[in-house]
Amino acid sequence: MFEICIPFVKCIPSQALFAQLLLGLINGAFYAILSLGLAVIFGMLNVINFAHGAQYMMGAFIAWMLLKWAGINFWLALIVAPVIVGMIAVLIEKIFLKRLYDYDHLYGLLVTFGLALIIEGLFRKQFGSSGQPYDNPLPGGTNLGFMFLPTYRAFAVVASLVVCIATWLVIEKTKLGSYLRAATENQTLVRAFGIDVPRMMTLTYAFGAALAGFAGVLAAPIQNVNPLMGSYLIVVVFAVVVIGGMGSIMGSIVTGFALGLIEGLTKVFYPQASNAVIFIIMAIVLLARPAGLFGQTK
Amino acid sequence: MKPIHLAVGVAALALLLALPHFVYPVFLMKVLCFALFACAFNLLIGYVGLLSFGHAAYFGGGAYIAAHMIKVGTVYIPFVGTIAFPPVTPEIGILLGTLFAGILGFVFGSLAIRRQGIYFAMITLALAEMFFLFCVQAPFTHNEDGIQAIPRTPLFGVIDTTDETSLYYIVLVIFLIGFGIVYRTIHSPFGQVLKAIRENEPRAISLGYNVDRYKLLAFVISCTLAGLAGATKTFVFRLASLTDVTWQMSGEVVLMTLLGGIGTIFGPIVGAGIIVSMQNYLATLGEWVLVIQGAIFVACVMLFRRGVVGEVREYFRVRRAAAAAEAAGAAAQSAAAGADRKPAPVA
Repeated sequence: MFEICIPFVKCIPSQALFAQLLLGLINGAFYAILSLGLAVIFGMLNVINFAHGAQYMMGAFIAWMLLKWAGINFWLALIVAPVIVGMIAVLIEKIFLKRLYDYDHLYGLLVTFGLALIIEGLFRKQFGSSGQPYDNPLPGGTNLGFMFLPTYRAFAVVASLVVCIATWLVIEKTKLGSYLRAATENQTLVRAFGIDVPRMMTLTYAFGAALAGFAGVLAAPIQNVNPLMGSYLIVVVFAVVVIGGMGSIMGSIVTGFALGLIEGLTKVFYPQASNAVIFIIMAIVLLARPAGLFGQTK
Repeated sequence: MKPIHLAVGVAALALLLALPHFVYPVFLMKVLCFALFACAFNLLIGYVGLLSFGHAAYFGGGAYIAAHMIKVGTVYIPFVGTIAFPPVTPEIGILLGTLFAGILGFVFGSLAIRRQGIYFAMITLALAEMFFLFCVQAPFTHNEDGIQAIPRTPLFGVIDTTDETSLYYIVLVIFLIGFGIVYRTIHSPFGQVLKAIRENEPRAISLGYNVDRYKLLAFVISCTLAGLAGATKTFVFRLASLTDVTWQMSGEVVLMTLLGGIGTIFGPIVGAGIIVSMQNYLATLGEWVLVIQGAIFVACVMLFRRGVVGEVREYFRVRRAAAAAEAAGAAAQSAAAGADRKPAPVA
């Protein structure tokens, strides 16, 4: 054990510092997955998906329900729950979003906001506002000397990194991804080549929502599963998106993780500001570089 | 002033003056406060095309400052210390709350107008969340308890405010002042420039207008009036709480405006009336209120984007247009009867 000091600020034991950094990294992983999903959806559909937080919450609740009512364990739920969230998203896109593409983009935001209220209200009605515990599938941990590393948390960070990078690879390096990028640039032209763009849009929305559901399942053993867990997170993720800009996939990932770490550090050195630090960074970025760190002005 | 606005306005005013004798005044005051809030919000979305998703910050900010000044009065200034002012009279308190909302709107607005469209909505939402976190931590807001039991001291030190009917008329005057400001803003040359920005921003820039300054001023006016609505609400209900600054409150004002009709003069008032009544009658349903609000949101966006007042206006417009077309058609037919018949061009 040793202490880490920042001159004129304070000294803290390494345990506390690294534990907070790990927590920051985990939060950052959630920011990254969620802002990634928002960016993919926005690029393709021009819709800001306000229901993203609700879909994250649904992922966690579906995992909880699968365990409680069907006895399906965490590892299976990690696949099944995002698929269910994705299927619900297909319905949402087909019933609601599809009819709004010709109108102002703000209507997409408003309708997903309404859907988020409905979903959150239904879950609150059913489960109340207090949380439901979800058992840790990977209890225990290792002592690394300078810190104690809980196994599940390490897994959560690695799993989200893998998902983020896989998404990046699919979009940047595969044929499907090239269709997606082309359709983001010029839909009419891509349609003229005989590619079924409307179906791609449906699938893109489902994929973005499934990412949110995946993050929700990952979060379930760390936090209590609770109907309100998405609605606070979504606002922070919006700030992350404004900071990063929605222009690049890698940008979303890097910004998400970096902001999580910064938040963790703030929690150590100046806890009063830890909730607000992301919003303060957003204000600074808006002053210095309004298009966002990785964004391009259109 | 357009004749139709004058007619509707006079009828509505007569109704507003008579209503407290038939309906519970506290309910009416709530409607008026939220109607003013929605009108302020509508000024931005309806006439500048800016969707602010964080108007609760200005509403709640105005409410907190007014509540604190009327009840306690002490002011803490960083590096200077606490100055123990006595509690102020209600009109000063409401004025200070309104002023605070305007200043907050100026600070947040200068940041938010740097981005357009969907980003503007996200930025205003995030900034409002930051203000919410401030309200959670600042000691004077008393966290979950809120500022309670704000005294109903006499207005200007003389006019009694404990009687609910007379308080209603005071609130009505405040509402009319706020509504008048919105109306004047929309129908001024300044308002014309705002509409030009809404319709075609690059064009407005090329015409030499400093678009950012127009947007910022409209934002500040809107926030100031939202603060006035919040401060008045807090004095009526003798309570300022965290509910006033949450993003659900921001969503509510969007809903009221959307339901009543974005970009219509009277729409936000109608929308506020419907939503507040709904909340009153459905209060016992608890969480279902959230679901119903969400459903109304979805229904408005999917089925009637013009809102209640917008649809009514559209109905009359279509009927007038149909009548005009019929008249024109009859005239054209009689003219064409004498002319040679030519094969109709294929459409």
